[in-house]
Amino acid sequence: MNAAPVIDQEKCQGCGLCVDVCTCGALAMQDNSVVLKDVDKCGWCTLCELVCPYSAISCPFEIVIEEPRR
Amino acid sequence: MAVQVDFLKKLPYFAGLNDAALESVRRYVFEKRADRGETLAFEGEPSDVLYFVFSGVVKVFKTSADGKEQIFHITRPGESFNDVPVLGGGLNPVSAEAMVPVLLNGIKKKDLEAIIRENAQVAMNVIQVLSRRVQELIALVEDFSFRRVTGRVAKMLLEYADHSGGESPRLTQQEMAAVIGTAREMVGRSLKNLENEGTIKMERNRIVIADQQALRNLAGVE
Repeated sequence: MNAAPVIDQEKCQGCGLCVDVCTCGALAMQDNSVVLKDVDKCGWCTLCELVCPYSAISCPFEIVIEEPRR
Repeated sequence: MAVQVDFLKKLPYFAGLNDAALESVRRYVFEKRADRGETLAFEGEPSDVLYFVFSGVVKVFKTSADGKEQIFHITRPGESFNDVPVLGGGLNPVSAEAMVPVLLNGIKKKDLEAIIRENAQVAMNVIQVLSRRVQELIALVEDFSFRRVTGRVAKMLLEYADHSGGESPRLTQQEMAAVIGTAREMVGRSLKNLENEGTIKMERNRIVIADQQALRNLAGVE
């Protein structure tokens, strides 16, 4: 399963900015808070993280070294 | 889970102690759990417990008046934080926050002081731990002084990809910026440049280092 952006519901104020900037359609508002509607649509553009005034959503990266070709 | 002597003997603080000495140290050590995002030490406040990370990752950082964060150290299993206020007294110069759920082993200042008085080896170990910390800070100053942002990003990528056997945090671009002391936007731009050059590949939530040597050259490391 694809990794998902991490939403901290305690920090989230339900402003909806992240949903507004999400061009992938992965995020949605539900009962005044942000939910992941469709993880597979998320392209990890990190715009949601960039615009969130409350640091409530984050898109962490794993850093790996490419496996040598056989 | 009880505090383990096997874990304590691997810590630089207690290296070289015999089993009896380790057992007496173990009696002073206690466990603490924390969730992701939980603050474990506050800048400007006293801290009288030295913590060792048993599992998980803790970031040690400072926040400027305008909210900019500078990460000083990512503390991984086997490493410690709160050394400065516990050993030197006074207020904590930095804050500490769990980046993932963590299990810590803690020891109170007065108990650590009692162990140091009883055991000269621990005193020598503490000097070595603090000496290494000074070396890390010198390296940080060197980074700020002599490396351009792309070079700092390259060095950070190499360091964080090198976690054979240990746990490593997943970093947001904001956290990468805080590690190398620049703005998030600069990190994004550098990653884009490195991707265009073919040095790295951005695969959704993974940064794959495709050309280690090119990255080393940029970072100015062997």
